[in-house]
Amino acid sequence: MPEPPALPFDPALALDAALAVAILGAALAAVSGRGVFRAVVFFIAYGLMVSIGWVRLGSVDVALAEAAIGAGLTGVLLLAAHGRLARAGAATDTPAGAGRGWAALAGLAVSGALVWAWFALPPVPARPGAELAEALPRAGVENPVTAVLLNFRGWDTLLESIILLAALVAVWMLTRDGDWRAPLGVPQHANAEGVMAGFARVLPPVGLMIGGYLLWAGADAPGGAFQGGTVWAAVLLVAALAGLWAPPRLEAAWFRAALVLGGAVFVLAGLALAGVGAGFLTLPEGAAKPVILGIELALAVSIAVTLVALVLGPPEGPPDAPPDAPPGALPDAPPGAPPDAPGAPR
Amino acid sequence: MIADWLTLAFGAVGLVFFVAGTVGMIRFPDTFSRLHALTKADNLGLGFIALAVALQMESLADIVKLAVIWALALLAAGTVAQLVARAALRAEGSEDRDA
Repeated sequence: MPEPPALPFDPALALDAALAVAILGAALAAVSGRGVFRAVVFFIAYGLMVSIGWVRLGSVDVALAEAAIGAGLTGVLLLAAHGRLARAGAATDTPAGAGRGWAALAGLAVSGALVWAWFALPPVPARPGAELAEALPRAGVENPVTAVLLNFRGWDTLLESIILLAALVAVWMLTRDGDWRAPLGVPQHANAEGVMAGFARVLPPVGLMIGGYLLWAGADAPGGAFQGGTVWAAVLLVAALAGLWAPPRLEAAWFRAALVLGGAVFVLAGLALAGVGAGFLTLPEGAAKPVILGIELALAVSIAVTLVALVLGPPEGPPDAPPDAPPGALPDAPPGAPPDAPGAPR
Repeated sequence: MIADWLTLAFGAVGLVFFVAGTVGMIRFPDTFSRLHALTKADNLGLGFIALAVALQMESLADIVKLAVIWALALLAAGTVAQLVARAALRAEGSEDRDA
């Protein structure tokens, strides 16, 4: 590529300025607009633009995580929550009133603290930093982010992977007793010949491959277990929403095993390393890469299954006839909610 | 050098389609024509921009990645357009269903 002609300003600056304005605008629209649905849509748009911002800052790993989890998965979770509220008849779009002023104040305080922190920071060091650059050749992987996450600070990542499971357990606490044995989430139906079903047949092979690629590439380039696992979760969710894949029940042994696989492999690898004298989660130089990839594969499987379960929500039996409880045994069931009520899932 | 000029040309054509799609989405009167503007013009625009960027790529693998991205965006946009249109049709009621 030859040198472009000199411009009086950096054209990238115009892009960055437009991006900053768009991020602020989407954020403002998300919090100030009327209506929960509208707020969620702007939140997703905000997340996508923030992830472009991370790319512009050179943090592609963070950008991938923001796009996959911040915008994609959190957006889906919020949409699912909105749908659930609407089905329960609890969706209210009334403005929050006085609480809004306090929320704005708290937001301003956080922004002010961040601005202060920005100016208080020491000058940005070269990336990767000197100590990391010195240690990186012994990490077994070339991506400094993966090296830190899985090798130098593996303990932190182990705890993070357990947090996700704890969140899922908290969601399952909301299950009604009678629904405990029902499949996860509400039953989904789609026309077997329809567009959604066709999409859900075409997507999985490509999506599974791309998730695996992100996982594999994470060793030496941006990517990793979280990004790959999120793509796998999306594939499973599309199949579930199209009615092509029946979500499991809580009792399914494979499902429970898949949920704890990542944490279990992580802990067992740490213990095995301690057993051979290297210390808990201290990866020996020669075997670091296979150990990291093995842990990441297990983590990605667990992350995918956990995220799917989080989006699908707690098990929900049919409202009129819960599988294992006699009618009338559910005092907390919404009264008078026929299965064909408007807004019920189809 | 020729590749650079082609990149500029394809990129410009892609931007024209994006602008057209955006104008259509803002100006068109109902959900269906807005969907039409959004998913047809933008898909073509993305294709041209992917073509423009592909000319600057050094390896075949990168070009294949771009092609996969475009194909996935096409597939997703087409599917979502159908689903949104169906939801809009339902919301409008049965009088418009034979349209």
